[in-house]
Amino acid sequence: MGDISIYARLLWAQVRSYTAYRGSFAIDLAANALAPLLDVATIIVLFQVTPDIGGFRADEVLVMFGLAALSFALADVAVGQIEKLRLYVRTGQLDAALVRPLSVLGQLLCADLPLRKVSRIGVAFVILAIAVSRAPIELTPARLALLAVAPVAGAVLFGAIFVATATVAFWWIDSGEFANAFTYGGRDFTSFPVTVYGPAFRYLFAYGLGFAFVAYYPTLALLGRPDPLGAPALVAWSSPAVAVLAALLAGAIWRFGVRRYRSTGS
Amino acid sequence: MGAASVSPRLRAEVATALALARAGFRRYATYRQATVAAATTNSVFGFLRCYVLLAVAAADPTTPTVGYTAEQLALYTWASQGLIGVVALWGWTDLADRIRTGDVVGDLLRPIHPVLSYLYVDFGRAAYAALTRFVVPIAVGAVTFSLYVPHRPQAYPLFLASALLAVVVTFAARYLVNAVGFWFLDTRGVQMAWIVGTSLLTGLAFPVHFIPGWLDTAVWVATPFPSMMQAPLDVLVERGAPSALLAEVAGQAAWAAALLWLCWLVQRRATAKLVVQGG
Repeated sequence: MGDISIYARLLWAQVRSYTAYRGSFAIDLAANALAPLLDVATIIVLFQVTPDIGGFRADEVLVMFGLAALSFALADVAVGQIEKLRLYVRTGQLDAALVRPLSVLGQLLCADLPLRKVSRIGVAFVILAIAVSRAPIELTPARLALLAVAPVAGAVLFGAIFVATATVAFWWIDSGEFANAFTYGGRDFTSFPVTVYGPAFRYLFAYGLGFAFVAYYPTLALLGRPDPLGAPALVAWSSPAVAVLAALLAGAIWRFGVRRYRSTGS
Repeated sequence: MGAASVSPRLRAEVATALALARAGFRRYATYRQATVAAATTNSVFGFLRCYVLLAVAAADPTTPTVGYTAEQLALYTWASQGLIGVVALWGWTDLADRIRTGDVVGDLLRPIHPVLSYLYVDFGRAAYAALTRFVVPIAVGAVTFSLYVPHRPQAYPLFLASALLAVVVTFAARYLVNAVGFWFLDTRGVQMAWIVGTSLLTGLAFPVHFIPGWLDTAVWVATPFPSMMQAPLDVLVERGAPSALLAEVAGQAAWAAALLWLCWLVQRRATAKLVVQGG
């Protein structure tokens, strides 16, 4: 109980620091809202050139994109700042977090919440709502439930990827943008049907890292389409289970990394 | 003024340029782990982008997609991931940092124009990136995809010239974006425009020619972004007639000249302002 009130205070301090510079915060919100719009523009341009990508039409791909963008935006706001871990490791600032009687991960996340990215969640939500209303989707109660659960499950999976790839910094201090290949790369991967990717690459990203469960399978379930790759229909509803598994794995990798951490001593 | 009096000056000038370029090369060559990480990330994005563009082309396999065959699109994607590091599309804040800390005053004391000294260092950086961050994605792409092989002999020297111009255009644009810091403490508006332009209009996410009709032409004429990647990529994959490619390279040269001139102008104004402030 005591811990929770400390976290709440850390978060509240963040909110207050943002409200101190309102104009600046407004600009940040606007700038961040652009990111998902740029990606939508890309998809629209691609569909100017072709009627279908990987066997899916524009309205179907946009549902996938909406789910991917909303999942990613939620994860990015909640745990995206963990990518700064390599700076904390390099400068030795992580030592300070280690000596305090709170979870290291909890401290890092609460100390620097990127509230300026909240606008991305709003934009992604609007994109998903428009995409779902334009696609041929019959909204049953089960599908509505899926529509509510899928972004959360996707966010948990992206969050797990954020944490697991940031851990690389414990071993590889100058890893730079390496984690981006899997975080931002994962977002790009999930924005398109997994049918476009070659077999080896698809196995690694879609199933090895679980990205097919963020947007591809939920979209199939929403559309009521069978998987062109032949997975049974039940798979389309399994993203929450995959997300929980990913989170447990990421937690284990994180704890292993923290235990192995040796200060850079500089 | 005989040739004898000019040539030592020129020789000194060239020696300075080479020394600065060598320094730039060696500075970036020290970050070996970061180079490996960046080349790996570029390669992963090479897979992502290449599969998507090939899927776009696969909808109608019999005709080229907006002038590109599937093999051309494959080479296009992998070369574009390699070029990100060569032209340094993102993450260059050297000048902005020096403006903020005030170190930029030191640049003005040197017997060489600040724009030129930064440009020479950037050539060294680009050379190092060409040997590492350009080669790795091309090699990965060549192993995993069937890449187009340019067959006109002039494609190679023209690509070299076009890539060099792309480095100059991107450098000058970055310099201008950084130099905004001389006037404004908050440069996020300009940064925002830079992100929009570089991610949508350089040819990285999709070839600029995919944009329909007059908008495509407008992007080429009115913005420098296609000159940063799209032009050398078109030259490399030999899209369209040789005359069209020459026109793209000529456009790059025009943008390079215009932006460098702007850099000079901005630098002069900024220097005057620094003196007024007594900095």
